[in-house]
Amino acid sequence: MIEVESLSLHRAGLPVLADVSLRLPNGGVTAIIGPNGAGKSTLLHCLAGLIAPQSGRVRVEGVDIHRVREAERALLLSLLTQNPGAVPRLSVRDLVGFGRWPHHRGRPGPTDHALVEAALERFDLLPLAGREVEALSGGQRQRVFVAMAFAQATPWMLLDEPLSALDPKFARDIMERLRDVATAGPGVVLVLHDLSVAARYADRCICMKQGKILAAGAWQSTVTSDLLTRLYDTPMRLAEVDGQPVVLSA
Amino acid sequence: MRAGAGIAAGLVLLAALSLAIGATNLWSGPLDSGMVLAVSRIPRTLAAMLAGAGLALAGVVVQQSVQNRLVEPGLTGTPEAAMLGLLAVTLLAPGAPLLAKMGVAALTALLGTAGFFALSRHVPRRDPMLLPLVGLIYAGILGSIALGAAWATDLVQYLWSWQSGEFSGVLRGRYELLWLVAGMALLLYLLADRITLLGLGEDYARSLGLNYRQTLLMGLGIVALTTAVIVVSVGAMPFVGLVVPNLVSRWRGDNLRRNLPLVAAAGAGFVLAADVLGRLLRWPYEIPAAMVFAVFGAGLFLWLLNRPRVRHEG
Repeated sequence: MIEVESLSLHRAGLPVLADVSLRLPNGGVTAIIGPNGAGKSTLLHCLAGLIAPQSGRVRVEGVDIHRVREAERALLLSLLTQNPGAVPRLSVRDLVGFGRWPHHRGRPGPTDHALVEAALERFDLLPLAGREVEALSGGQRQRVFVAMAFAQATPWMLLDEPLSALDPKFARDIMERLRDVATAGPGVVLVLHDLSVAARYADRCICMKQGKILAAGAWQSTVTSDLLTRLYDTPMRLAEVDGQPVVLSA
Repeated sequence: MRAGAGIAAGLVLLAALSLAIGATNLWSGPLDSGMVLAVSRIPRTLAAMLAGAGLALAGVVVQQSVQNRLVEPGLTGTPEAAMLGLLAVTLLAPGAPLLAKMGVAALTALLGTAGFFALSRHVPRRDPMLLPLVGLIYAGILGSIALGAAWATDLVQYLWSWQSGEFSGVLRGRYELLWLVAGMALLLYLLADRITLLGLGEDYARSLGLNYRQTLLMGLGIVALTTAVIVVSVGAMPFVGLVVPNLVSRWRGDNLRRNLPLVAAAGAGFVLAADVLGRLLRWPYEIPAAMVFAVFGAGLFLWLLNRPRVRHEG
């Protein structure tokens, strides 16, 4: 369970997060949505323990995430950040292998190797395992970083816009695997811009606007055309095409 | 492993060559060849190899820390800061033992490197050329402060000796500090995974459980101490920390646990080769190894920059 208690953060005098509180039960896919500058990414980084809030706290599985050492935190949360800066010259297997680093701290055992192979298989990376990450396409790269987070085998995976700049096919690939992952084990929390993707895959939503939570809860019962319209300040419509939910800007 | 064996064989050959050549002919010269070897040739060969390995390793650490392959210790103000420290000790406590001078130089080198690192966090990442340019200016500022101070105190000649790395002055009893580099290399090898993680960027490093600040400080400490030892013992050598890690990275990737020994060996080989070449080109006179390396290394680097990378698979 992730418990957030009145989280506040100001930057240059402006509130980025204003008294944010929420609870997320384990498992499932939770989408953080909202307009640009709503504080989605900041909230995710606060959950990950990478940005310290000015007040409030985040507890993951009962542990105050801003008061534990990195080594301990890395056993609770894994993270995918927006466009990793420099792409390392590592093989796919080596990079995914670093997902196990918090567990073995430099001395991988048989379990670590097995879990790396399992992560590679789960994200269809076995055929690419010996290739260098640098040599892959954007979509494949993103899958490698997601697989690294998955190999970390934490109760929570946090992903900041995992689909940015991905073609629909790659986006779908990643989302379907994440949904499979989330039904079996870790909770997946991600920042999403594509609302139709969110509508299709998310079990829960956190709707953010101007640093506050406008609404949060099960996607089905929370998200309506009216809510989306208020959230984005532009007419939005939740519809259905061939039994799949889609979100249109009306 | 085949690559490792090849490099090792190359190093042995170069070392043999370095022992054999010099102003005195080992076989028919007037001096006792055992003494020439023990007092001059062996120390000189070891010094070149240690300095080369140290510079290359320091280059890797800097590049991973700032996530930019075009930076090296010579572009982070490290040698200039070490020189400032040395100047200060020379002026304030001229009688201080070498180890104390060394310590002060290492400390100022660390401060200088940390200053560059703090600066680097404000440099936009989009254009990778920007950071080395900032480094060039930063090093230039520290260097001119050092030159100004040296000029005002009549110590310019000292400064010159620290600025141009060469090995002609290396004798038994005057290079042993360089063995610190070997110690740093071992320490670095223990930190290899952590330094690789630094290269993934702060967010990933931290979310993979790395104590980012502590690791960074250790890494920069190793860079500062290594560079300071080299500047004090044989003088600064630009480009080595830039060219060698890039060569190895292009060839074998960035998994440092696998590649650090290769980086060290390649650094040792290149600097030794530069020294040997410097001794042969105008025999019996010498060209400083740093100058030889700068010419060949810069050429090699330009060629590399314009050549598509051959990817290593496996």
